[in-house]
Amino acid sequence: MRLSDWFIPLIVAGLCTYALYKHVAVFEEFTLGVKEGLRTCLDIFPSLFVLVVAVGMFSASGGLAFIEVATRPLAERFGFPRELTPLLFLRPFSGSGATALFENILTDSGADSFAGRLASVMLGSSETTFYTIAVYFAATKVKKTGRALPPAIFGDICGFILSVTAVRLFFG
Amino acid sequence: MMNIVITGLFTASFIFAAVTGHMTDISSACVTSAGTAVTLIITLAGIICLWSGLMRVCTAAGVTKKISALLKPLLTRLFSGIDPQGEALGFISLNLTANMLGLGNASTPLGIKAMQALEKEEGIYQGGHGWSPSQPSPNMLLLTVLNTASLQILPTTVAALRLKHGSAAPMEILPCVWAVSAVSVTLTVIFTKAWCKK
Repeated sequence: MRLSDWFIPLIVAGLCTYALYKHVAVFEEFTLGVKEGLRTCLDIFPSLFVLVVAVGMFSASGGLAFIEVATRPLAERFGFPRELTPLLFLRPFSGSGATALFENILTDSGADSFAGRLASVMLGSSETTFYTIAVYFAATKVKKTGRALPPAIFGDICGFILSVTAVRLFFG
Repeated sequence: MMNIVITGLFTASFIFAAVTGHMTDISSACVTSAGTAVTLIITLAGIICLWSGLMRVCTAAGVTKKISALLKPLLTRLFSGIDPQGEALGFISLNLTANMLGLGNASTPLGIKAMQALEKEEGIYQGGHGWSPSQPSPNMLLLTVLNTASLQILPTTVAALRLKHGSAAPMEILPCVWAVSAVSVTLTVIFTKAWCKK
């Protein structure tokens, strides 16, 4: 289960040992990489900052509760658990926000309920789309990042629709 | 488009707060999230520096080349026109591998590296063929989209939270997640290819 606990230490130790064996100046290369990493942080910080502030304000505004109410008829029509609609909107923006929401759903509906399973599959098969786009392009000179949004959002919608279908299919 | 998304979020927050009486909340959220953003980048800085350093060691030792050789048959087909010996393909391989293993912390810095390498490479390949540097190339779009979709084989965070909340079988969602990811990633790649031709 905690296989991931082994991964990172193994990669760090294994890689450095192998590199030393290959006569690489391990310390020097490592420090040069750290320097590059710092520069990357400076590049991505402005986009990250604006996104975090915008999402923070939106989460506090009661907008998600409003969306839940507004989309209730539509959700009921498609047999989609309505407590999950905020997750649809928050997931592409905020990983930690979506995780917090996910925990609430598990507490309220139970992990092995339809809503709990659906939320698990939705979370397990999606990523924080807007965060990824903002951060990835911030490190380049690309300005027209909007071109990445339609395919990325298409992917999210596909994933969410397929999640509902798959959970119905697998768990009845 | 990002301009619209951001402005939309700010305006929607204001309107919702005005209607639901959360103005005090968003007023303080505005300031606290600014602090959160700084804390986040400091946390991220540690992770990015760690992986960025390891990656240089990895490349210097020739490991990057080996991993990219493994994934080359698939990736050269997906990323059309990519240099099979280039730096970009190496970083893309590492990024996608980290994604599949669920090393989310590692995949972001690797993906950023891959984007920068693609920018450098495509600037040479596609300069003067109608690509302005301000526009993402098809391969940059594809890499981004592969990262916004989930490739993770074992969603460990989700499983851990399910266990914590009393699930009898935390991993029972796996086949479901695999099916959804496989189909949605395939559809998304097809959509992206079509979108780039437009």
